[in-house]
Amino acid sequence: MQVIEVDNLRKQYRDHVAVQDISFTVERGEIFGIVGPNGAGKTTTVECVEGLRTPDGGSIKVLGLDPRRDGAELRHRVGAQLQESALPDRMKVWEALDLYASFYPRPADQRRLIDDLGLGDKRETTFGKLSGGQKQRLSIALALVGDPEIAVLDELTSGLDPNARRDTWDLIEQVRDGGVTVLLVTHFMDEAERLCDRVAVVDAGRVVALDSPSSLIARMDTAQRIRFRPASPLDDGLLIALPEVRSVRRNGVQVVVTGTGNLLQAVTSVLARNQIVAADLRLEQASLDDAYVALTGHAAVSD
Amino acid sequence: MTGLPRLIFMELKLFLREPLAVFFAVAFPALLVGILGSVPGFREPKQDIGGLRVIDLYVPIAIAFVLVMLSLNLVPATLATYRERGILRRLATTPVGPTALLAAQMLMSLLMAVGAVLLVLAVGRLAFDVALPQQPTGFALAFVLGAAAVFAMGLVLAAVAPSARSAQGFGTVLFFPVMFFAGLWVPRAAMPGTLRDISDFTPLGATVQALQDAAAGAWPQALHLAVMAAYAVVFGLVAVRTFRWQ
Repeated sequence: MQVIEVDNLRKQYRDHVAVQDISFTVERGEIFGIVGPNGAGKTTTVECVEGLRTPDGGSIKVLGLDPRRDGAELRHRVGAQLQESALPDRMKVWEALDLYASFYPRPADQRRLIDDLGLGDKRETTFGKLSGGQKQRLSIALALVGDPEIAVLDELTSGLDPNARRDTWDLIEQVRDGGVTVLLVTHFMDEAERLCDRVAVVDAGRVVALDSPSSLIARMDTAQRIRFRPASPLDDGLLIALPEVRSVRRNGVQVVVTGTGNLLQAVTSVLARNQIVAADLRLEQASLDDAYVALTGHAAVSD
Repeated sequence: MTGLPRLIFMELKLFLREPLAVFFAVAFPALLVGILGSVPGFREPKQDIGGLRVIDLYVPIAIAFVLVMLSLNLVPATLATYRERGILRRLATTPVGPTALLAAQMLMSLLMAVGAVLLVLAVGRLAFDVALPQQPTGFALAFVLGAAAVFAMGLVLAAVAPSARSAQGFGTVLFFPVMFFAGLWVPRAAMPGTLRDISDFTPLGATVQALQDAAAGAWPQALHLAVMAAYAVVFGLVAVRTFRWQ
């Protein structure tokens, strides 16, 4: 069942078009990612989904509701974590959760939420005294405190250290296992690859690809890469002739072969037939990051 | 407790955690009355101010001080901070919405103002024998209209200020002319005629005179009530038109 349907969304600001034409649907219970560089229109898109902005064109349905017209109903059922949103410095962790819980008819168990997010010993700490990661985790807790059907999380791990990021990923998987649909905005490809069931790759206000991370990677004609050092001279032509091979490069004494399908098998049989021993042989799988670069033609902007 | 009352309670808690703000808005005006009242000459009736004592004049001025501190300094800075830090936007994604926070902040400040005014009246009455308002209804009306006028101005300030810091700056700059015409440095009764005429048309000049009249047992003058109401309506409309949530 589809819980979010975005059709031909268009949003223009005074001087530029933030979203040209974006369409996607999110199924109940999945973690759906929107990835793309800064300024691609990701945040604008989810802000339209949340009802914070009015689209200039196209249509959006969230849980069958129109985010602008039925905003009141929707806000009971969708939890949001915004990029760059803070709390008053002197508000304590438990007070923030208590306050936000009071906005909803059937809030989640605050104590459990606090513990799950590793803020148990910070209950009495004021927001101003929390570290960046703790602030981020509190912000996620506030998005979940209303026990939403959909959680929209915008750049949820920016500013977190590697350990905190992994913990947050585990938490998001738990949230999904609890039946919540997650719409995730991120510019971290490792995060999208690890968490998302499907991702929409957005660039310059358009969806350039939409699939599961593994399919996006498999779609690349350089999905796999083999590196080895031939023990005796090797004619590149032997490898290029193989249908699985896309390219052969020399990196000093190292040979780098890219390609698809059963690349390793094809390459090693040629080597064996010609009695060439491959030393230090390594097979590398392309990541979503590589697929992203191939799709958009530029690298994901990293912090 | 849910929704608005919960937000008001939270705003109150946050306000009470700012000792400096609490001191200036709530305690200082009563302290001002206490300090002025301890000058012996200010407790003597004076012919040039209509047979009143200076301390009698300063009770309404201290009330104006309460209003200006809350409406032009604290509320705009707080609201601008809430906007700057995305707190209003964050609330826009919850069932209560950002208007509730704005309302909670205003109501909490009004509550504080009432408390501070009672403190001022109590100090005046108990320490210096300043009579309690003889026309309580008129006094309450003058207070409410005066508060509406300056709180509407404070909202406009919060709307147009690009940042929390500038909201605070504008508030401080506005404090001086507004309080000057309210009579903080020269009470209205001692102002030259032209100055007093101008003061009649300023929000807190009108408020102070209306409070003064009601304290003495008369109904506030229509001019002063109209001036306060006009400020409240005009600035209120401008605030509604210009307020930005993000």
